[in-house]
Amino acid sequence: MTTATATTAETVEELARTVVRERPPATTPTAELMGAWYDAGLAWVHFPRGLGGLEAPRMLQTAANRVLKEAGGPEPRTVNIIGYGIVAGTIVRYAPPELAARLLRPLATGEELWCQLFSEPGAGSDLAGLATRAVRDGDDWVVTGQKVWNSLAHLARWGILLARTDPDVPKHKGLTYFLVDMQSPGVEVRPLRQITGRAQFNEVFLEGVRIPDAMRLGDVGAGWAVSLSTLSDERVGLGDRVPARGAGSIGEALALWAARPDRQTPVLRDRLARLWLRSESHRLTVERAKVAAGHGVFGPEAAITKLVASELNQQVYEFCQELLGLEGTLYESYTSVLEDDDSPTPYQRKFLRSRAATIEGGTSEIQRNIVAERVLRLPADLRNDKNVPWRDVPRS
Amino acid sequence: MNGREFDFTEELGELRTLVRQFCEEQSPEDVVRTTMDSEAGFDPALWRRLGTDLGVLGLHVPEAYGGGDAGLVAQAVVVEELGAALVCGPVLGTLALAVPVLCALSREDVKETHLPGLVSGDRVGTIAGPLLQGTFDAAGVTVTAVEADGGWRLNGAVGHVPDGAAADLVLVPARTPAGTALFLVEGAPAQLRRTPLTTLDQTRRQAELELVDCPAVQIADETETAQVCEQAARVAAVLLAAEQVGGAQVMLGRTVEHASGRYQFGVPIGSFQAVKHRCADMLVAVEQARSAAYHGAWSLQDGTDDPALAASMAKAVASDSYVKVAAAAIQLHGGTGFSWEYPAHLYFKRAATDAVVLGSTEQHIDRIAALVLDAAPGR
Repeated sequence: MTTATATTAETVEELARTVVRERPPATTPTAELMGAWYDAGLAWVHFPRGLGGLEAPRMLQTAANRVLKEAGGPEPRTVNIIGYGIVAGTIVRYAPPELAARLLRPLATGEELWCQLFSEPGAGSDLAGLATRAVRDGDDWVVTGQKVWNSLAHLARWGILLARTDPDVPKHKGLTYFLVDMQSPGVEVRPLRQITGRAQFNEVFLEGVRIPDAMRLGDVGAGWAVSLSTLSDERVGLGDRVPARGAGSIGEALALWAARPDRQTPVLRDRLARLWLRSESHRLTVERAKVAAGHGVFGPEAAITKLVASELNQQVYEFCQELLGLEGTLYESYTSVLEDDDSPTPYQRKFLRSRAATIEGGTSEIQRNIVAERVLRLPADLRNDKNVPWRDVPRS
Repeated sequence: MNGREFDFTEELGELRTLVRQFCEEQSPEDVVRTTMDSEAGFDPALWRRLGTDLGVLGLHVPEAYGGGDAGLVAQAVVVEELGAALVCGPVLGTLALAVPVLCALSREDVKETHLPGLVSGDRVGTIAGPLLQGTFDAAGVTVTAVEADGGWRLNGAVGHVPDGAAADLVLVPARTPAGTALFLVEGAPAQLRRTPLTTLDQTRRQAELELVDCPAVQIADETETAQVCEQAARVAAVLLAAEQVGGAQVMLGRTVEHASGRYQFGVPIGSFQAVKHRCADMLVAVEQARSAAYHGAWSLQDGTDDPALAASMAKAVASDSYVKVAAAAIQLHGGTGFSWEYPAHLYFKRAATDAVVLGSTEQHIDRIAALVLDAAPGR
C-alpha cells in the first residue's frame, strides 16, 4: 500500500469505493464521475500515475470496474468506446507526457470522443496499402484522402489517423501516425448506411486538412509500428470482454428458446446445445488465456479469440433467425436512415449486423492467415508488393 | 496441487516434461508399432515403470492407497502425454475406469487391497459393464448375480471390455434380486472366458468376457453401485478428453511441420491459404479441446462446476476436435497421410475410437441440452 508496486486488488477496490461513495453514480454526471475515476488512477490502473493510472498490474482493472458497476456506474469503455478500446494505450506509449495529459482526461470522461481513421475504400485487409497522403508544410502536415468504416466520426473530437508520408518506399515504411482534430477545416463526415438500414459508421473525407507536427505519434515513417500497438490493444480488449456463462449473444438465443416453446424442435435443441457448447469452449479459452497472460505468457489461445467469437456470433443469430421462422422475414423499418443506438434490438437487426462480425477488425480470412503465420509459424503468403515502392504497386 | 483453474503450475510443467521424456525414450513410434502387434497388446514392464519408477498412474488416488494425491488435473496431464505418444497400455481400463471406480467406493478394505497394485502398474484392472456410453446405464447390465455357498456367482456376457483380456481385476456390475450391485472377479478363473477382439485402434485392446458361474466378491451394494459408476464415468470422460487433446496436439504439430517442408509449385504448401487456413482451424479445435478438458479436470478436482455438465463438455468438445484434427492431418499430408508407414492413421483410429467410447458426442450433447436447455429456469 505504501509503494506503487504493492498495489493490490484490495487497494484498487478501496480507491474505487471511495470514488463512488463521494460521487454516487446515480446522481453524478458521467463526466464528473469518470473525471474523479481518472484522477484516482482507476481509468487504466496499469498506466503511469497522473495519466489515469496507478502503475499497477493490468489484471486489477477488473476489480476496479466491478466496484463501479456494482455502484450503478457505467462500464468505462462505453463512455468512449474507441478512446478506451484502442487509443489510450497508444497515447500513453507514444505521446509526450504533456500531450498525453491534455488528451487522456477528456478521453476518460467521454467529453472528447475518439474515432479511428485507418481503413480506406482501397485498403481494407491490406491496410498498409492505404493512399491518404500527408505532405509536410512547415510545422504542419497537409492531409488529403478518404477514410471509411469510421464509427462515431460524426461525434468525435479526435481521430487517430494513418497516412502515407512517403510513396516511394515499400508500403509499410512510408506510413506515419497522427492525431487529427475532427473540427479542423477540410474534415467532412458522411454517414454510411449499412445492411441494417442504419448508419453505424461513416465515411470521412480529408481535403487539405492541416495537422501540427506536434500531433504526430512516433517517427515519420514509423506509423505502421504505432498502428500495430493500436491493433494489438484492440485484440486484447476483445478478449477482456467475454461474457459469463450463458450471457452475451448465446444468452439471447437461450432467452428466445425459452420464450418460444411453440417453436422448439429436437433439431433446434441439438443445434442450440452445440452453440452453447461452442460459446462455453470459447469462454473457457479466454479465461485460460487470461490466466496465462497473468504469468506473462501470450499463448496460441489468445490469438484465436476474435476469429472464434465473430463466427460464433454469426451462427448464434442464424439460429435465432431459424427459430423465428417466418417472423424472421419481417423487419422493423427501413424508411429512415437512423443512427444506430443502444435500444433493445430486434433479432432480425442483430442477425443482419452479425454479418459484419467476421469482416470488421480483420476478416476471418486474414485472422486465419495471422494465426497460421504468427502462431503456427507457417510460411508467409505469396505477396506481390514485397520490397516494391508503394507508388508502383497495382491498385484497384 | 490445488490451484486456480487453468493455472498450470511449474510442478505440472515438470510432470509433463517427465512423462513426455519417458515416452520419447521408452515408447517411440517403432515401439508402439511393435507392441500393438504383440499378443498382449501392451508391455507390462513399461506399464510397471510408469506406475512404480515414475509414480504417475495414481496421481488422482489418495496416498493411503498408494497414490500420489496430486489431483485429477495432474493425472490429466499424464494421460495427455500418454495419448500424445499413443503409449500402448491399459490407460482406459485401469487408469480411467477401474481406479476411479475403486476410489469412489465406501469399502476401505477393498480400496486398501486393490488400489496399490493398480497404481504401481503391477496389475491391470477394468470394468465389464455399461459405462462406455459415458454414464451408468443400469438397464444395460447384462450380467446376473446369484448367491451360492455363501458367496456370489456371476453369469452373462459383456462385449467391448477395454483391456479385458489382460485384466487381473475385473469389476462387474450385475443384477441381484435387490437391484444392481458391483462385484469383483480376481485372477483368471476358468469360469471367466475372454475373447480378445480385433480393434480398429490396434493400440487399445478390447475383449468380450463371458462369465459362467464365475465366483465373485460383492464390493458395493445396490444403492452405492450406480453412484460409484456414475462418478467414475465422469472421471473417465475427463481423462479421455485429456488424451484426445494430447493426440490432437501432435497431429497439429506434425501437419504444420509437413506443410512447412513440403514443396509443390516451387513453394512450401503451407504458404497456400487453403492449407494454412485449415491449419488455423486445427489450432482452434485443439485450443478449445484443451480448455474444455482441463475445465473438466479442475471442476471434478475442486468441485467448481456441475460435474455431469463439466464432464460432458470436456468429452464432447475433445471428441469433435480430435476427429476433426486427425482427419485434417491426413488430408493435409496428402498420399503420405493415409500410408501405413506414416503414423497419422494410428492417431486417426484412436480419435475415431475415443469419439465413441465413454459416450459419443451426440450423447454428451444430449446430456448438455438436458442440463442447460430443458432445465432452464422459467420453463
